[in-house]
Amino acid sequence: MKYFDNPERMVLLLRQMLDGLGVTMTLFALTLVISLPLGLVFALLRMSKLKVLRFPVWLLILIMRGTPLILQVFTVYFILPQIFGMSFERMTAVVISFGINYAAYFAEIYRAGVEGIPQGQREAAHVLGMSRAQAFFRILLPQMIKRIMLPVSNEVITLVKDTALVTAIGMVELYRVARNAASASGSLEPLFVAGIFYLILNTLVTAAFDAMGRRLDYYKG
Amino acid sequence: MLQANNLEKSFDALGVLRRVSLHVEKGEVVAIIGRSGSGKSTLLRCLNHLEKVDAGYIRVDGDVMVDTENGGYAPRDKLHAICLKMGYVFQNFNLFPHFSVLRNLTEAQRCVLKRPKEEAEARAEALLEKVGLSDKRDQYPYQLSGGQQQRVAIARALALDPMILCFDEPTSALDPLLTKDVLTVIRDLARDNNTMIVVTHEMAFAREVADRVMYMEDGRILAQGTPQEVFSEQAVRAFTAVAPDQAL
Ligand SMILES: Nc1ncnc2c1ncn2[C@@H]1O[C@H](COP(=O)(O)OP(=O)(O)OP(=O)(O)O)[C@@H](O)[C@H]1O
Ligand SMILES: [Mg+2]
Repeated sequence: MKYFDNPERMVLLLRQMLDGLGVTMTLFALTLVISLPLGLVFALLRMSKLKVLRFPVWLLILIMRGTPLILQVFTVYFILPQIFGMSFERMTAVVISFGINYAAYFAEIYRAGVEGIPQGQREAAHVLGMSRAQAFFRILLPQMIKRIMLPVSNEVITLVKDTALVTAIGMVELYRVARNAASASGSLEPLFVAGIFYLILNTLVTAAFDAMGRRLDYYKG
Repeated sequence: MLQANNLEKSFDALGVLRRVSLHVEKGEVVAIIGRSGSGKSTLLRCLNHLEKVDAGYIRVDGDVMVDTENGGYAPRDKLHAICLKMGYVFQNFNLFPHFSVLRNLTEAQRCVLKRPKEEAEARAEALLEKVGLSDKRDQYPYQLSGGQQQRVAIARALALDPMILCFDEPTSALDPLLTKDVLTVIRDLARDNNTMIVVTHEMAFAREVADRVMYMEDGRILAQGTPQEVFSEQAVRAFTAVAPDQAL
C-alpha cells in the first residue's frame, strides 16, 4: 500500500484530486446549463409541423446519439479549428460538444415525455382558447417534467462519469489526476479513490432527483 | 345562434359526416343521439374546431367560423374569438392534473381572457358553488370522483362564459350513481336558459331536458324535432329499442 497507510501522501493526493474535482464539476455544471434548455429547443424543433425545422434536428440527434462522444469532442477540438481557422480553449470545446451531445439525449426524453401526455390535455387547452405556446408552457411542460425525472436522472448520472472522457484531449480533471498519481506511484489506489469521488457525486445527484421527485408528488397522472 | 350547413368530414376516405346541417337557437337545448360510430362526436368536435371540416359552413353568433366555398376558415384571431363562444365538455373530463380545482377554473380565465386574479377566482368560486363543489377548491383532480371531476370540467368550461356549451357524452365514463349529479347540473343549466348541445346515450334525459332531439346514423341526421316527434320515428324506435335506456 502506498496511500492508504500514509496519511501525508493521502492528504497530498486528496488535495490534487479536489483541484481535479473542480474541473470535473465545472464541466458537469456547464454541460447541464447548456444541454437542459438546448434539449428543449431541439425537442420543440423535432416536434415542429414544418419538415424544414424537423429534419435537420432529426439528423443532428441521430449523429449525436449515433457516434461516440469522444469523437465529437475530437471533432470540435481538433477538426473544427482547422476548418474555420479558430481555436477553442479545451474547456470551451468540451462544453460545446458535451452540451450538444447531452441536449440530443434530453431532446428525445422531453419529446417522449410530451408525447406520453394524453391528447385530451392538448384538446382541453385548445377548447379553453389557449394558444399552442400557452398550452405547451402551462399544461404540457409542467406535466412533462414529472414524467421525465427518471430518464433525465439516468443521463445526469452518466454525465458525471462521462466527464472522465476529456482526459483524451489532455484536460486534467478528477480521473486524470488519479491516473497520473497511479502511474507515478505504481499503485492503483488513487484510481480507487477517484471511484469513491464519482460515487459520492452520484449519490448527491440521486438524492437531488429523489427530492425533486417528492416535490412533484403532489398530484397524480 | 349556431348555424351549420352541409358539413362533410372523412377520415381516410371513410365518410364520417355526410352533409350534416344543424341550427341551434339561443336558449335551446339540443340533444344528439345515435348509434356508436354514427359521427356524433365528430360533429361536435368540428363545431369546436377540434377537427377541421372538409366542406361546409359554420356560423356562430353571426360570425363565420368556416365557409369552404368562401375562403375556408376564418383568420387566426377571428377564429380564436369565435371558438371562445363555444364551450366543450369531454367524455373523460380532461382536467389538468397538475392544477388544483380552483386553478383548473382560473387558468384560462387569466391567460386567455386576461381577467385579473381576484375576478377569476370569484368567478371560479361562484361556479364551484353552482356545481356543488365549493369544498373541493383546493383539491387536485385525482382526489375527486369521476362525477365530481366532470362537474369541475363543466364549471371550467362555464368560467369562460361560452354562448353555446357542448357536451360529448358527459356521463358515459361514470357509474349510474355519479351520473345523477352530473345530469342534475346540466338540467339546472338548461333551466337557466343556457344554450347547449348534448351528445348523450341517456334517452330519458334527452327526452326530459332537450327542446330538440337529433338522431344520427351513418354520418347523417335522419330525424330531428321535439323529443316526442323524434322518439316516435321508426328508425329511432329501432335504435332506442336496442339502446340500453338508463332511465332516471
Ligand atoms: N381521428 C379519427 N381517425 C380515424 N377515424 C376516426 C377518427 N375519429 C373518428 N373516426 C371514425 O369516425 C366514425 C365516427 O366516429 P365518432 O366518434 O364521431 O362516432 P360517435 O357517434 O361519437 O360514436 P360513440 O357513440 O361511440 O362515441 C367512426 O367510424 C370512427 O371510427
Ligand atoms: Mg362519441
